Amino acid sequence: MARMKFLCDADRCIDCNACVTACKNENEVPWGINRRRVVTINDGKPGERSVSMACMHCTDAPCAAVCPVTCIYPTEDGIVLHNKDLCIGCGYCFYACPFGAPQYPKVGNFGSRGKMDKCTYCAGGGGPEAPGSAEEFAKYGSNRFGEGKLPLCAEMCSTKSLLAGDGDVIAQIYKERVLKRGYGSGAWGWMTAYREDIKV
Amino acid sequence: MTRFVGIGLFIVSMALLIIAAVVPAQAQKLGPDGAPNPTASVTDQGALLKQAPRIEGRIDIPDRKASVLEQPAGRTWDYFHEVLLHWSATVVIVGTILLLGLAYLIIGRVRIAEGRSGHKILRFKAFERFSHWLTAVSFVVLGLTGLNITFGKIVLLPLVGPDTFSDVAQAAKYVHNFTSFSFVAGLVLIAVIFFKDNFPAKVDIDWLKQGGGFIRNKHAPAGRFNLGEKLVFWFSLAAGVAVSASGFLLLFPFYGTDIPEMQLAQVVHAVVAILFIALILAHIYIGTLGMEGAFEAMATGEVDLNWAKEHHDLWLARQLKEDHRDEPAATPAE
Repeated sequence: MARMKFLCDADRCIDCNACVTACKNENEVPWGINRRRVVTINDGKPGERSVSMACMHCTDAPCAAVCPVTCIYPTEDGIVLHNKDLCIGCGYCFYACPFGAPQYPKVGNFGSRGKMDKCTYCAGGGGPEAPGSAEEFAKYGSNRFGEGKLPLCAEMCSTKSLLAGDGDVIAQIYKERVLKRGYGSGAWGWMTAYREDIKV
Repeated sequence: MTRFVGIGLFIVSMALLIIAAVVPAQAQKLGPDGAPNPTASVTDQGALLKQAPRIEGRIDIPDRKASVLEQPAGRTWDYFHEVLLHWSATVVIVGTILLLGLAYLIIGRVRIAEGRSGHKILRFKAFERFSHWLTAVSFVVLGLTGLNITFGKIVLLPLVGPDTFSDVAQAAKYVHNFTSFSFVAGLVLIAVIFFKDNFPAKVDIDWLKQGGGFIRNKHAPAGRFNLGEKLVFWFSLAAGVAVSASGFLLLFPFYGTDIPEMQLAQVVHAVVAILFIALILAHIYIGTLGMEGAFEAMATGEVDLNWAKEHHDLWLARQLKEDHRDEPAATPAE
């Protein structure tokens, strides 16, 4: 069984933010919601690296554990989905998420949060809507995964920095790259997300 | 003069040259084989996480909290919430209920030793009772809706199913948010009204020595409030301030706080709230089941004269003296 993961090869990322734009466009994400973002570490200094980050679809996902209404769950492919019909917008998943993935539309007064939105690995929603239906698209965005395609952010990455797919396959691709070019700054977030690192 | 300027310019240009020569040497490091190694100057994530608990950087979107690339503390907070909090809260709350049950079995209901006198005296004015019940009702509502966030999925979810439970939890969230304001209003009123009567006094030591009224043949002297009530007042005030402050941080998420501060606010809110519930359970017990004649003080505001004599003798003496001071004006007219 394939275990879907993301891997950002920071030595290839050029901070072009095309993954961010592709995600917003493909999923028609509302204004103010960013399922994916690019963070630049040591900006303007020696050793500057940019990392594209979204939901990593963690092993033993902490968001799923802390959810008071248990609306977040992993699929058999290891993709972490959630059911917006059940979500109460409490914000706990954001406190638990190591990668700042959950997003909330602002509704009503104070800091009132609407139903949580996050990267679905372009695999539609975790609710009762039929896969690929218009209702599913309106709530969760695209279901490319159901059509046998990978998330668009990784598919259209111009430098092939962002990799998506079976964890073992993308780890192997990264290993080969590091061996061939002689360097690599590591698989960002893997230790925290999957409790394993890629040893080269 | 021009010579000094010339020397000055020379020194500045030399300094600039030295800086220019040093900086690129830092920027481009060479690998062991002499070839340029772009990652030689990169600090890897393991080292970054050893330096600081979070990896932060620059982002292109105006969402400040999104600049945190990685915070493994999220998993620690998950462990706190799902393991430590679940177990400790269960032990504290169930433990308190068991202890109170045990107290009831051993000590039983503390009766008015001399029986009711039939005469009543006003102990709490209407506004004092209103302040108490405003806080009390808010507290119960906040307590139940708050516990639902932590324990609802274990206790209530299997009973009513996910859809109903989600509706209940959604409503509970809004009720919890809005009831916080009436709770704070009640807390402020209580603090102002009962502040001066809750100051520690010498008689509190005697009250403690006499077993706090729980030993049948010993009389524990007290003013308007005894040491036990004073402790409930001060602990409630402290806990109330702590849950309110942390609660408003949670109600206005990321208004001047960052992710570790939000996690800390939630931890403080949860831990203090659990201890607060335990304290108030004891307060409810002694005010209803645990003692005869106590509940009516907050219900009708009037207590039996014999109850007041046994539990608040100094306060009763003072009240009676004040009443007599009013009487002489009426007596000559008889």
